[in-house]
Amino acid sequence: MRRSIRRHWQLYLLVLPPLVYFALFKYVPMANAVIAFKAYNVIAGIWASPWVGLEHFERFFSNPVFGTIVSNTFLLSLYALIASFPIPIILALALNEVRSRFFKRTVQMVTYAPYFISTVIVVSMAILILSPRIGLLSGITGFFGLPATDYLAQPDFFRHVYVWSEVWQTAGYSAVIYLAALAGVDPGLYEAAKVDGANRLQKIWHVDLPSIMPTVVVVLILSVGSIMAVGFEKAFLLQNPLNLSQSEIIATYTYKIGIQNADFSLATAVGLFNSAINLVLLLGVNAVSKRVTGSGLW
Amino acid sequence: MSIATRIRGAGRPTKVRESRVDRFFLVGVYILLTTFLLVVLLPLWYIVVSSFSSPAAVSAGRVFLWPVEFTLRGYQVALSSPQILSGFANSLFYTIVGTAISVTLTVMLAYPLSRADFVGRKVLTGAVVFTMLFAGGLIPTYLVVQAMGMLDTRWALLIPNAVAVWPAILAITYFRTAIPDELREAGEIDGASDLRILWKVVLPLSAPMLAVIALMYAIVQWNSYFDALIYLRDDALYPLQLVLRNILILNNDAGGDATSSLERQQLANLLKYSLIVVSTVPMMLIYPFVARYFTKGLLLGAVKG
Repeated sequence: MRRSIRRHWQLYLLVLPPLVYFALFKYVPMANAVIAFKAYNVIAGIWASPWVGLEHFERFFSNPVFGTIVSNTFLLSLYALIASFPIPIILALALNEVRSRFFKRTVQMVTYAPYFISTVIVVSMAILILSPRIGLLSGITGFFGLPATDYLAQPDFFRHVYVWSEVWQTAGYSAVIYLAALAGVDPGLYEAAKVDGANRLQKIWHVDLPSIMPTVVVVLILSVGSIMAVGFEKAFLLQNPLNLSQSEIIATYTYKIGIQNADFSLATAVGLFNSAINLVLLLGVNAVSKRVTGSGLW
Repeated sequence: MSIATRIRGAGRPTKVRESRVDRFFLVGVYILLTTFLLVVLLPLWYIVVSSFSSPAAVSAGRVFLWPVEFTLRGYQVALSSPQILSGFANSLFYTIVGTAISVTLTVMLAYPLSRADFVGRKVLTGAVVFTMLFAGGLIPTYLVVQAMGMLDTRWALLIPNAVAVWPAILAITYFRTAIPDELREAGEIDGASDLRILWKVVLPLSAPMLAVIALMYAIVQWNSYFDALIYLRDDALYPLQLVLRNILILNNDAGGDATSSLERQQLANLLKYSLIVVSTVPMMLIYPFVARYFTKGLLLGAVKG
């Protein structure tokens, strides 16, 4: 070992700055998270502040918003997962059937493009398009004689707007991975299916789907793993005082109590709670997937 | 590709004639995909069309699929607002400098970790990947940035999120699988140091991968607003996305020379559409050129899983 280090000292030197980065910006914060168990005091600093045990967690759990924001977070993620998981698969399977290369490429290029648009812009577009007076949607519903509605002012619509704008933005991008998996299917399988007299639908069901299953499983695990890490940015941008009852999620709440109210300890406790659930979910799904399908992330 | 091959079906071997069920199914597929296409395209089209319409028409909701009373007024206001111009310049700076820092650090991390003879490789890779599973959280990270004296400086947008795990994994995989070991050994026999091999042999062969990760970082950097929101107070440092958020979502005034308040209100409406177009155009212009690489990178990352 010592010989390797002496011979390849340049490699060790090279890796040092990025490792310092990870230590400083990823591992020190993990250590800093102890302020969740302390009464953090700016003057005393993190380590000298007194321990208070689980007081902040108890404060959070006994707060009436606790139930609301946890269920909001969970429902929003679950809805997003259920809606945005199958659509790219359907898109990829459909694209795979198309023979016209021009049509296929056009659909791909167009559906892929929104991925490059920023969250701020996607949210602004949603707000403009859904705006009751001047928006595209009210124009369409007005054409059919329906009254204009201010969708973003209604808590019940928040989740739909969040989820479907997400699908709009990412479906084309997510489909790419499945298209690649489909391109790798052994042509012999199609031949065999044809000999057996399978029609297109049967071919998809018996050849395409089983072939992309491993990819599907990996993507599913990754999405379940991030179920509690639901995008802060978008929820925060779509939020307004009127839809707060459904749009307040753990991440936005953490921001508010932490950055805006400067209650660092409570905010850290809430964030830690979120990270822990996330980790447990990820480990759980991975274990289940390993048992059921034989493949997992590690 | 000639038209003849295209008709016969994109170069695939000619097939037995389609059965009736299959043709019916195919029609369904085309309808589905066309719907998809329109659903994605229509909102984009509507925004572009509105941005070229008169402020009054936009505010009255008279615009649908074609510009009404064509005008460039929105673009004039958008491109003459000092806030927007400074946001644009800042974003350009953050994107270029930030991407350079990110790519450099990522390569510095990934190359050693890709070498089988690097002692401690497994432990270090594990430590890096672990940060994907568990994070200290918003406030603990904020405290570090604060302690480093980065609050309200440009560094806050360049350093705290400089290295992402996903591009690093991608780079490690690429170095390990796409660069033959023999090349390195040949270099070593010629007496080249590790740094020299990296610089003269490995990096020149890694251009496609470097392009992919640079692009990943650049897109994130160009589109991000959250770091600026928590770390910056001085609006002279704001990146474009934060300026856009203030104007588009919080309805803050962007300035403008309209006199009456009605006119001002209408212009503010129109400005939103023009702003969306202006801020999205740079990404959309490079997108067709990079999409191919990007797809490749996505797949490279996916293979590793």
